[in-house]
Amino acid sequence: MGPHHPSTHGVFRMDVKLDGETVVDLKPVFGYLHRNHEKLAEDMSYLASMPFTDRLDYFNSMTNNWAYALAAEQLVEIEVPERAEYLRVIMAELTRLVNHVSLVGFFVNDLGALGTPLLYAFREREKILDLFEQASGARMMCNYFRFGGLRCDVPEGWLDRAREVTDRFPKFLDEYEQLLCENEIILSRTQGIGKLSRELAISAGITGPMLRASGVAYDLRKVDKYGIYDRFKFRVPYGEEGDCYDRFMVRMLEMRESIQILKQALADIPEGDIMGKAPRVFKPKPAEVYGRIEGPKGELGFYLIADGTPKPYRYRVRPPSLINLTVLRDMCLGQKIADAVVILGSIDIVLGEVDR
Amino acid sequence: MVTLRNFVGSYFDSNRLTTNDYSWKPKDQLPQSAGEYPKEEGEQLSDTTTVTNYSRNFPMLLHDGGDDPMDTIRCVACQICERECPPQCIYIEKAYDENGKYIKSPAKFDIDVSVCMSCQICVEVCPFDAIVMNSQFELSTPDRFGGLLLRRDDLLKSNDYYHQIHPEEAAARDQKMADEKAAKEAKKKAAAEAAKKKAEEKAKAEAEAKALEEAGEKGKEEDSGKEEAS
Amino acid sequence: MSEISHEPLLKEFSDAHWDEAACAVIVPEGKARAVAEWLLEQGVDYCSNVTGVDYLESEVKEKINNEAGEEETVTRTEPGRIDVVYHLYSMRDQTGPLVIKQRTSRENAQVESLTPLWRSCELQEREVFDLFGVDFKGHPDQRRILMWDEFEGHPMRKDFVEPFDYEWEPTPHDEILEKHKKGKVIV
Repeated sequence: MGPHHPSTHGVFRMDVKLDGETVVDLKPVFGYLHRNHEKLAEDMSYLASMPFTDRLDYFNSMTNNWAYALAAEQLVEIEVPERAEYLRVIMAELTRLVNHVSLVGFFVNDLGALGTPLLYAFREREKILDLFEQASGARMMCNYFRFGGLRCDVPEGWLDRAREVTDRFPKFLDEYEQLLCENEIILSRTQGIGKLSRELAISAGITGPMLRASGVAYDLRKVDKYGIYDRFKFRVPYGEEGDCYDRFMVRMLEMRESIQILKQALADIPEGDIMGKAPRVFKPKPAEVYGRIEGPKGELGFYLIADGTPKPYRYRVRPPSLINLTVLRDMCLGQKIADAVVILGSIDIVLGEVDR
Repeated sequence: MVTLRNFVGSYFDSNRLTTNDYSWKPKDQLPQSAGEYPKEEGEQLSDTTTVTNYSRNFPMLLHDGGDDPMDTIRCVACQICERECPPQCIYIEKAYDENGKYIKSPAKFDIDVSVCMSCQICVEVCPFDAIVMNSQFELSTPDRFGGLLLRRDDLLKSNDYYHQIHPEEAAARDQKMADEKAAKEAKKKAAAEAAKKKAEEKAKAEAEAKALEEAGEKGKEEDSGKEEAS
Repeated sequence: MSEISHEPLLKEFSDAHWDEAACAVIVPEGKARAVAEWLLEQGVDYCSNVTGVDYLESEVKEKINNEAGEEETVTRTEPGRIDVVYHLYSMRDQTGPLVIKQRTSRENAQVESLTPLWRSCELQEREVFDLFGVDFKGHPDQRRILMWDEFEGHPMRKDFVEPFDYEWEPTPHDEILEKHKKGKVIV
């Protein structure tokens, strides 16, 4: 099956062996989008790889930026100012909304509900992308985070618009849930399909909503408390069955929690600087660091080895999408071929990140 | 049911439409209509439907106005942006006058927009505020290679144009430049004052030394006079 | 979140040693599987990140005290090596990270696969095999993952020389243009 057009789930191929309509073997094939991002980054300065991180998972450039900035900030100890921390949280949660809302759209698209739900999802996404454009200058390739803060402050009135969008979002979610969550077709096509057991999920290093759908409440925002996430009150939704429906519902619920975080952050955000005291030339001492955050797709980590030059000696991205694909075969075995599409959709992959 | 509500709602509520949200824009800045596209040939307006005054597309070089833009070009061809550019799409050659002296301006400044990824790193690293982002996006050309290589003269834009497309950012940048200039002048002034003070002190010290010397000589003379007298 | 202490591991395996600069445990050759099994029993159930790092042969200048008790600068050659790095966490106790490294030579790179213990290594070890050329003993399905099967060489190695660019684009400033001038490109 595949490779598909990049605008669906990306250029991804599955070698599927079938017995009638039942999947008996499945091998994912990667690499169509491989550009050796890690090798490129080893040949340029630390800052210059920042725009390339946007292009890993092109839905969530803000969180990618944050993971990289977090790792690099460990190399040289920079304090991030208060306002920048709040803005980071706001941007990350907006990104989570963008990702989950478009994922749900794509997911029901895979189920056969062509168009309408996806367009509703994209309508809401568009409003958030407008916010991103006003803050960073670009809708998707934001390149907004810097080591020690953010590139620039948000323009005047931006926070009010963000509040407006945040307040309006739950109404849309209500409507969306009414449309999808009790839909008979969706229930029968997702419940009990592609079950992932708790043990396998942990062993296979599955992270993000997929792990939580399998019943493990492991969220780096709670566990690592990076940034200022310890100041916000939010819950971590998790599923029981680990099937496609749980994965879908966990994302729906996570959006509600994101809105809670957004509301708190937008209410508390202080005035002040947005850039910490960063050295003009970024030249860290020899060290090895691993920074990770809870991206919308799972744990996004950056492993950096500095050797005292302005270029990283080793630069490694831990891509959540790739590692979540480890269990694709296990989930698809014994299911119908049409369900394999749904299972792939529920994993939530972006091939820019899988192949790097 | 939801679909029906959305469909009917889309006639009354702009939030139910999939098009852009302009609710935050002042009334007079709203685009008149989106139906005029394409506009007259060569004409590019910054209010074409999707462009807000925060968007960025490709870099441009700034000059401060005047008849010949090369006289007031801010770029000094220091090549920092060329080094830092992540996809390596900038190409600079320094300009030399007839004596082979470097005259602090670029002879060549090419940006390959087919490679450029609009990341704005060049804008950030530039110490002279010479390169900023343009929001012009209608760059289609029948010539795949030559047409997408912007030369120095294509990139040169006046500061007024920058004010027109990104008013807030441009004002902030001008303010920053003025501050820096003022700081520099203040520093210069301080340095000059310090030098003056130093010179004064030096003169004073010299005068004192001279006086001392003179006194010493006088003393000597007196001594010698005494000696003579004795 | 608290880190997993490396002390018990060092106690259990006396020939493993702690690398202070890298904050990592260097696992003795051939014992990685045993170490991993032991760690798994201790509740380190989540292997987050697997990657390789290539070190070329390098000259290190070191200050030592010689026999006469004077300080002396000695140059010694550090042989090239490849490290395979594992970042381990515990989901059960919500602790981490613990970094373990397997060392191997560049010429005959071979380490033990930990895929049978942590499934998350499966694709990542395949990636290390593909990009660094490290052979994982006991890996269930070791093939190239990102590069195509016919590809020769391992691109993430530091001494990898890129083959001639097939996807040539005439940019006016590149080394590629130089190559073009030399007539190496068939347009």
